[in-house]
Parts: sequence; C-alpha cells; structure tokens
Amino acid sequence: MTRPHRYIPMTERDKSEMLAAIGAAQTDDLFRDIPDAIRYRGVLPMSPALDEISLLAHMKELAGRNTDTASCISFLGAGIYDHHIPVIINHMISRSEFYTAYTPYQPEISQGELQAIFEFQSYICELTGMAVANASMYDGVTALSEAGALAAGATKRRELVVSRTVHPEARETVRTMARGLGLDIVEVGYSASGVTDLAALRAAVTADTAAVLVQSPNFFGCLEDLTAIEPIIHGVKGLFIVSANPISLGLLEAPGKLGADIVVGDAQPLGIPQSLGGPTCGFFAVAEPLMRRMPGRIVGQTKDIDGKRGFVLTLQAREQHIRREKATSNICSNQALLALCASIYLSTMGKQGLIDVANLNLRKAHYANSQLAFHEGITLPFAAPFFNEFVIRLPEEGPSVSEINRQLLTYGILGGYDLGLAYPELEGHMLVAVTEKRKREEIDHLASRLGELI
Amino acid sequence: MNTEEKALIFELSKPGRIAYSLPACDVPELEAAVCIPASMIRQVPAQLPEVYEVDVIRHYTALSRRNFGIDNGFYPLGSCTMKYNPKINEDTARLSGFAHIHPYQPAGSIQGALELLYTLQNDLAVLTGMDQVSLQPAAGAHGEWTGLMMIRAYHENRGEKRSKVIVPDSSHGTNPASATTAGFETITIQSDASGMVDLDALRAAVGSDTAALMLTNPSTLGLFEEHILEIAQIVHEAGGLLYYDGANSNAIMGITRPGDMGFDVVHLNLHKTMSTPHGGGGPGAGPVGVKSMLIPYLPKPIVGIHSDGTYYFDYDRPESIGRVKAFYGNFGILVRAYTYIRTYGPEGLRQVSECAVLNANYMMHRLSAHYEIPYPGVCKHEFVMSGRGLKAYGVRTLDVAKRLLDFGYHPPTIYFPLNVEESMMIEPTETESKETLDRFIDTMIQIAEEARTTPELVTGAPYGTVVRRLDETNAARKPILNCSCGI
Repeated sequence: MTRPHRYIPMTERDKSEMLAAIGAAQTDDLFRDIPDAIRYRGVLPMSPALDEISLLAHMKELAGRNTDTASCISFLGAGIYDHHIPVIINHMISRSEFYTAYTPYQPEISQGELQAIFEFQSYICELTGMAVANASMYDGVTALSEAGALAAGATKRRELVVSRTVHPEARETVRTMARGLGLDIVEVGYSASGVTDLAALRAAVTADTAAVLVQSPNFFGCLEDLTAIEPIIHGVKGLFIVSANPISLGLLEAPGKLGADIVVGDAQPLGIPQSLGGPTCGFFAVAEPLMRRMPGRIVGQTKDIDGKRGFVLTLQAREQHIRREKATSNICSNQALLALCASIYLSTMGKQGLIDVANLNLRKAHYANSQLAFHEGITLPFAAPFFNEFVIRLPEEGPSVSEINRQLLTYGILGGYDLGLAYPELEGHMLVAVTEKRKREEIDHLASRLGELI
Repeated sequence: MNTEEKALIFELSKPGRIAYSLPACDVPELEAAVCIPASMIRQVPAQLPEVYEVDVIRHYTALSRRNFGIDNGFYPLGSCTMKYNPKINEDTARLSGFAHIHPYQPAGSIQGALELLYTLQNDLAVLTGMDQVSLQPAAGAHGEWTGLMMIRAYHENRGEKRSKVIVPDSSHGTNPASATTAGFETITIQSDASGMVDLDALRAAVGSDTAALMLTNPSTLGLFEEHILEIAQIVHEAGGLLYYDGANSNAIMGITRPGDMGFDVVHLNLHKTMSTPHGGGGPGAGPVGVKSMLIPYLPKPIVGIHSDGTYYFDYDRPESIGRVKAFYGNFGILVRAYTYIRTYGPEGLRQVSECAVLNANYMMHRLSAHYEIPYPGVCKHEFVMSGRGLKAYGVRTLDVAKRLLDFGYHPPTIYFPLNVEESMMIEPTETESKETLDRFIDTMIQIAEEARTTPELVTGAPYGTVVRRLDETNAARKPILNCSCGI
C-alpha cells in the first residue's frame, strides 16, 4: 500500500495501471534483479518522518540553539565575514528558474544562467585584473589548491612554495591535494611585521618551484607586498598565485596588475551568508596563456543561427566528461547559485559602492585597532598595513583567548579568532575583523569589555 | 516570450546611479593613502556598472525568465535526479540560526547545528550501510576524490603499492578524472553484452596493483549489477577496495545498501537523491561514507558527541587524509538534506525509490515501441534509449533533444553513457505524475514520427526559444569569455 505524500503524485490507481502496462504484478517485481541476499527487508533505523508543523518546530528548535550573528556583535572573521547582504539578493536567488535548474547543458533554455555566469566571469576579471575567469569553484581554499595543481601541470615542476600567512585551512587543503598529485609543499614563514618573510622566500624558491602561493590580505589581515614577491618567482619562471579578498579589491590594486598569473579567492564577502562556512563560492582567474588549463565550467559568448548573441558552456575539451582521466580537474558541479549571489552583490554595489564599502571596512578596522591598542596590556604585534582585520596580543598573565571569548559572548560580543589554535607561537593573539556593519559604539563596547577582561 | 537580445548588466550602466545603501561613516575618515603604501592602492577603480535598484531587479528577473528549472516543467535529465526541490528546505536553511552562524564560533554556541550534522552523519551511514560518514566534500566529484584519497592512505598504511583504479566504460567522467587527481592510473573495462560489468574482463584486470573498482550501481544504463556480490569478491580477493558512486542512489533507498553489496566507500550526491536544489550548477554536497577500517582516514574534522551529550568537532584524527575543503562542508545544503530526510523518514524514502523505479520502467516500456532500448528488461530509476534508428532520416539524438525544447521540456541527458550510440538517458524521478509522463512519452512518439515524415522540422529545432542553436565551435575557437568592453 502506497501512503500518499505531498511530493509524490502516484495513486494506487496510477500504480496498478502502470504495473499492468509493464506486465508486472507488483512493484517488487521491478527489483527482482537485486539478489535476495542484499535486499533490505526491515525499516532503516533513521530519523523518523515529521509532519510539516512538527518539522518546522524541530528545525526552529535546532536553529534556536545556535547564537547567530544577527543577535550578537561579531568581530570574528578569519575567512568568513559578517558583511551586510543587500536585501534584494535573497529575492533574486529565490527565483526558482535559477535555483531549481541544473548545469546549463541546453543553452537555448538556459540563457539566463549562462549570461549570469558570463557576467560573473566579467566581474571577477574586472576585480582581479585578469584575462579569464571560470564559473566558480567550491570555495576559496579548493580554488587555491586547484591553482597549485594547475601550476604544477603548466610548469612540469613538482614543488609549491606556500607562505605560512595563507589561511591554515587553505594550507591543509593544498597539502591534501599535493599528496594526491605527488607534489611537494615548502612552507615559508613570516616576518616580524606579519607578512611573508621575503628572505626566506628567496631562499626557498628554486628552479624546481612551480609556484608561490600567497594570500593578501593575508590570514593576519596584513597586506603582502606583491610587487616584491613577483620577481622572486618569475625569476625562476614559476607562477605567481595570489588569493585575494574581493571586497578589499575595491581599494587595493588588482593582483593581475602586479604580475599575478592566477588569482583566486572566496566570494563569501560578496553577499553570501556565513552559514557555518558553507556553501560559499570560490573564484578562479588566470592570465590568458593559462586559459586552456583552467579547471571548471567556462561560459563563452557566441551567436545563434539567426546571428543573435547568446552564451554557451565552452572550452569543454578540458573537462572530465570529455577528457576523463586526462582532464585538467575532476570538478563538475560548482557553486553557481553563490556566483549569482556575488554577481547581484557587485551589480548592487556598483563602481562607487564597492569603493565605499571597502573604505568603511578600512576605516572601522583602523578605528578599532587604535581603540584596542589604547589599553595597557594589549599590543599590536604586526606593523604591516592591513585592510579590515588585524592581530592583537593579550597580556600573557591574563585569561586565555578562548576564556575571553567566552566572557565576551555573555556581553553579546562574538570575539576574534584565537590564533593560537593554528599558530602555536601566537598563543594569546586574537585576530579581530571589523566590517562595515560594526558601529562605532559597538567597537567601543568591545574595547571597554576587553579592557576589563584582560 | 521576449526573444530580443538581453543587455548585459554592464550595458545598463549610467554614471551617477546607485543601487546600494551604506551607513555614513561614524569613525575618523581615514584615507587609504595614509595607511597603505601607494604601490598597493588601486589605480583605476573596478569598472562595475552604475545602475539603480530597479535595474538590478529587472535584470535578474529577466535572466530568470530565460532559464528553465524543475519548477518550470519536466526535467528528465538522466543521472541528475531532477526531482522537486521542496520549499520547506529553502525556508529551514534560511533560519537565522543556520544561515548566520560563523564556523569558528565556540562549539557551545552552535550546538543545534552540530546536532543536525551529527544526526545527518548517522542517518546517511544507516541509509548506505556504512560505519561512519564525513559531510565535508562539496560535490559528488569532490566526494569521489576524497574517497579515493582514503583508499590510497589505507593501502599505503598497509605497506602496499596499489596504483590502479578500475572503472567500467559506462562510468561517469568524474570517476577517471578523480582517480587521476588522487594519483591513480585508470583502467577502463568494457561492459558485457547485457550492459553489466564483464566478470571475465574484471578478473583479467584485477591484480596486486589494484587499488579499487569504482562502480555506479545501478549503472548509468539504469541497470542493477546482478553479479555485484561476485564483483565485490573478485576485487576484495585481489586486495582492492570497492568504491560506490552514489549518483544513482534514488533507485535503492531502503531497498538495498551499498554497504551490504560489499562496497567499502560511498559518496552520495545530496543535490540529487536528497532533493537539494542544483542552483544552476551548484552548490551540491557529496558526503562520503566508509566501512570501519577506513574511519581513521576520514577528512577532519567530523562531528562527535561527548559523554555529557554535547557535540564537538573532532580534530584528533592523526591518520586522517587531512582537510578537503574549508570548514565543515556545504552546511546550508546539509540543512536542506536533513529537512528532506525528515519529511519522509525511512519508509517514505523507500517509497521514493519504488515510485522512481516504477516511473522509469513505465516510460521505458511505453517508449520501447518507438525507440531502440539497447538493454531491455527491468531498469531502475533511469533507462537509456538509442536514437540511432532515426539516423536513416538524417535526424540525430541532438535534434530530438532540441525539438523537445519546443514542447516545453528539458531534454534527457544525451550522448552519455558513451557505450551506447546516439544515447538518451531518461530519469523521471518519483515527483512526476503519470499524466506528465504520458504527455512526455506522446511528445517523444510525435518527434519520432516527425523525424520520419518531416525530418527538417526536427533538425531545425528549436523554434520557440529565446535563442536558436548556438555556434559552439566558434565559441571555443575564438573565445569571448568576459565583457572586456568596459562601460
């Protein structure tokens, strides 16, 4: 007996008519090809079904046990940021023609998605100063991994030099990828000012180096001197890979203008909810000579048989469904809907808005920096210029960063990232992020509470 | 429908218009030039469009109207499981306590999220017959690679050098591509005359260098590998492991489990079987389940539970292959999948698979009089037809697909699997009614008739779409990949 369910239209009558048409006595006959020994005959001990009212209540109860950033003041960044999300984004990505579509395999009925991706690629090229961008990657850290893999393939070299100022989770992901492809990773430390140690970098880069991987603003929020790094890696004919924060590019020079061969990053700051860190959207852009080595989907402009402009998935000869084991990557599904988020965000902010929001981040972070440093006991270990995130050192004799964060939460403040978790030598250091959402009084509130707690 | 060319957002720009609203600056108005060296400051502003809010709304609304999703109509795209994407999933994922939480918040402040993840790990383990699940991979291919990296670590830790991964010729393209990126060499074996894994070919292919066999079961032909237990035995006796590509799990929920078939690693595509929306190409989620001997290698962290009933991220996994993605996976998608599982429960999920399989068999049966079915018998959630019978009239499968567009359908997957000439892979899913299936079948019969009587009608299709057939050759030869025209 089939119990009706709101998502399943099959009635008992449908079922008997369909079985009769097939010439089967019962549905079970359609599973006769499954050996009896592996048929599951019981009821799986999974979470039971709930009606809609109970399910909504259950989900609200689960959600209610999380402290969300709408109900507290967040200074937590470290890769995921509490930026303002313009209200129109959710309305547009809720158009089900977008979100219930598959990858645009049939271009004639997928022009909306294809054009949206083409515009996303255009936005990423414009921000990064690169020639070509793809339709997106899973996130910023897998984009960085794929960039490393691309570099190894393009240079036929087996070694990647990665700065320790790159996000720790990105470095872990790059290491996993490198193990798969048999690449070596050399990590380079950071200087007293909080950026990649250039002398150590020079020493690490050799004729075997496929690429240098840096992040700017780096994990400590500091701006790397890309102009100084570029000749070090290009001097050995390796590739220069830069991971960038897209909002910072409203103020900071496009890495493409500074000699980067591949620019990647995470588009989460561009209107994507924090959502416990996923789904976000990686972006991936390259200089033209690397175009046919790019991973992932790429949309190109073309014409239809009537001469009308249209868009198609293109350069597919790189991809797994054509090249199989010789593909440049195994990526198939990407993060299209979040790329759409990022596009709508950039359309909304426009030329002036991106500059304005970047300036607000810069100014509020610098204000917070000065207010926090005002306290005796709090010091600023890194002198390098920064954008919207910076490191403070708490007094050694005081409570730990995690204890302070626990206390801050009772005041409705989500404190900064505990750097000791990823850098043992930085125990007692906190990474503070300040976005355009933070008001002056909220920053003052943090400064006062922190002053009391240390 | 408006079939005019649609302007790019950049082409709508007019200097002086804005669509954003930001607060006035309430802190000192520091100039970037004061705190950042000149060489690091952007010289030319990014040339983003200058439009107002209504432009943005109308632009993306217009784009959405030039797109086709499941809510627009039947979408029998084989191997993609285009089932209805329930709206409650969208609502729950947007609850503030899920959408606006930070991955580095103290675990004590996200216990609801951790409980959800923990429960989902367990539910998926039960569903697939596995011992432990990682929710970290972002998509199916990502799950495949994660699984293969674990298989690699497993063999290496046992001191065995196993470099080869075997795949059947009907496998998804991601299988060999994932094998390569995990450092393996791919061996492709031919299917036998009935579309199944050729046991003799498999026996000949396995050896002391076999790391794994990757198998989709039911296969991309929609066929259940009847000799799966024997296949598992052959691979295991050679010392290899079995990898289950879960893209086709919509056929088997509550009916049979990969773990019971002998598989050691499984990935699921939550954006297929568990109804989470494809989003026009993502985000998906590709959780990976493993048997007990592979648990130490799972990517870290996974969600654990303390004896006091609180949940935590378990990073203390020294043999883990490491991390495969930032944070914990596509959490927002996992919330949707969990919501979906709770709308059905285990008996409901079984009903999902039964209805999906009945729908597919019904369609295959009715269409078999009009199109060639290379592998008759019973199919599972999907089936493959060949359009080669129409070649005599100059009509190809591509033309049939394009003609379907004029009738308001998304076509089936075409030219895959590779081992069937002019293939069409049809997957109706359980959320389509008999009336919808009948109308689609009648249309397919009509197109076959058109191919015989007025083939140029079919080869010239589509006619009613916003653009007609596009020049893909030139798009690849002289790529235009962004609007570098500026504004």
